[in-house]
Amino acid sequence: MVEATENLKRIVIEPVTRVEGHGKVSILLDQDNNVKQARLHIVEFRGFERFVQGRPFWEAPVLVQRLCGICPVSHHLAAVKAMDRIVGGENLTPTAEKLRRLMHYGQTLQSHALHFFHLVSPDLLFGFDADVAIRNVIGVAAKFPDLAVQGVMLRKYGQEIIKATAGKKIHGTGAIPGGMNKNLSIAERDELLKDIDQMMTWSRSALKIAKDYTLEHFEDIKGFGSFDSSHLSIRRDDGAMDLYDGKLCAIDSTGETIFDGVDNQLYNDYIAEEVRNWSYMKFPFIKSIGPEAGWYRVGPLARVNTAKFIDTPEAEAARKEFMAITDNKPNNVTMAYHWARMIELLHSTEKIQMLLHDPDLQGTDLVVKGERRSEAVGIIEAPRGTLFHHYKVNEDDQVTMCNLIVSTTSNNEPMNRAVRGVAQEYLSGKPEITEGLLNHVEVAIRAYDPCLSCATHAMGKMPLTVELYDADGNLLDSKAK
Amino acid sequence: MTAEGGDVLVIGFGNPGRIDDGLGPAVIEALEEVAIEGVDLDADYQLIVDDAADVSAHKVVVFVDADVTGPEPFYFRPVEPKHELGFSSHGCDPGQVMALAQELFQAKTKGYILGIRGYEFNEFREALSDKARANLAAATEFIVKVLRGRDFEAAAARMVAAETQSHGE
Repeated sequence: MVEATENLKRIVIEPVTRVEGHGKVSILLDQDNNVKQARLHIVEFRGFERFVQGRPFWEAPVLVQRLCGICPVSHHLAAVKAMDRIVGGENLTPTAEKLRRLMHYGQTLQSHALHFFHLVSPDLLFGFDADVAIRNVIGVAAKFPDLAVQGVMLRKYGQEIIKATAGKKIHGTGAIPGGMNKNLSIAERDELLKDIDQMMTWSRSALKIAKDYTLEHFEDIKGFGSFDSSHLSIRRDDGAMDLYDGKLCAIDSTGETIFDGVDNQLYNDYIAEEVRNWSYMKFPFIKSIGPEAGWYRVGPLARVNTAKFIDTPEAEAARKEFMAITDNKPNNVTMAYHWARMIELLHSTEKIQMLLHDPDLQGTDLVVKGERRSEAVGIIEAPRGTLFHHYKVNEDDQVTMCNLIVSTTSNNEPMNRAVRGVAQEYLSGKPEITEGLLNHVEVAIRAYDPCLSCATHAMGKMPLTVELYDADGNLLDSKAK
Repeated sequence: MTAEGGDVLVIGFGNPGRIDDGLGPAVIEALEEVAIEGVDLDADYQLIVDDAADVSAHKVVVFVDADVTGPEPFYFRPVEPKHELGFSSHGCDPGQVMALAQELFQAKTKGYILGIRGYEFNEFREALSDKARANLAAATEFIVKVLRGRDFEAAAARMVAAETQSHGE
């Protein structure tokens, strides 16, 4: 954990707070306290691919939910999209596709609400270096109770949608290869419709908070952990944002197309992954550019940047406002992730509202099958970014190969760049590294809403320690949260 | 989950794909078989902020989780609201959920934790270890009696006293 080199000292933040799972930041300072190196290490749990191997393919959409307690629905849907192709059922019935979309928008709504209201709002409302005793969700609850309640209820509403479409939280089985196993009953629909207007109001309010914060602080935050980058997502054939389905596209930092309209099944021809000896997590890159410069960002910022438009009216109006501040060129400001995320939150709520009024959700034609395949890829825009699931299945219906590229992996290089930039700007040369200064590094990481996929949370396993060592490896200071 | 109308909520949390981390949801599965009147059940991978809303809709909440280092086979203790820092969504613990229920919904819910000792957590495997399975059986038998008798406070006091005595010896 601590590496001392001559005339250097290393600070370790482990694990990073208010991100999903386990992460560790190490910052190496020289004797003048200048940052020599700053890295985000992901303590990635390995072995999941092996866990799935040998299991019947139809179990995969349930098993993959075990990957992560935060975004099980995203894994459920990405896996089932691949399995749709395995059974030749990728052309879903309208009822099945709309039910899945409803589930997915519910997941996006609850995930974005949780992140913004409970993980990010303490930094925005109290300041990055405010007293840590109040800079947390309990502090938000005490000082801004209405806001905290809105966050809880938005998330809860998203969870209710998931429950109605996917079933139990632990054993969600709603989506099955080729379709869905149940529709949305009129009673379930009416229960959800009761609160949708309130959710719209709160979603608009959340978007306004994020937008106002970004615009009011733009001069301060535009350089915060920011850098030019490429952006990648799936999107609809006509260029619309589509969180559930679409073809792969990538643009560079100026908006020029790198590739577009790429069939999901061919992702391997366009994206590769690099291994670096200091991190368990791989570094994906665009093959045509190469590992050095081919890294890219995914997630809300990338999706708003790649979208030519959003097909819901209020989110589209918000997108136009968002793009206007960078003259309709891609926005490369890391802290703008929050504004983009809230545009997607409103988009998801609008979509939910539309779907709840669609009688197709009460249809009974739920499953299709076709020609069996032995290999398939499923890609979805998870709340945190593009999620790839790739499987091979043998003649005995067993999974023989599984490869996943999760959103946080794609954002690995960008997060590391953000950490380096913020550490150099805010920590270099400081005589004392305070908790508030270290939180600046965490703020940059949290902008990406990383999900570090470590769902083992049992009591007694989540300490946070920050340790400062001198050049000789002596412990100078240690703080525990 | 929404309140189903019961006065008691039992939330089991953990990841069944991580061996003994699945102890919490396993208790919920067992309680579903027993179906005790007035007891609402919920299982999830982890506690999260919106559990505060469900907690606030009940008089009593029992959190059920695997414990890495706790006493064998299980313990049962009161949970006090925890207003301190260090809140993170993945690390949301029962005390923090209780604090949020109190802060946001003015809840007067009484909280308890059933912590069941687990042993293996660091692989993907969807089965409890043998020792954890034995602890699960003991804990389930205990909590069924407590839920039927609604004597949470007395049961926790007895167990805390027994633990104290055991430490003294």
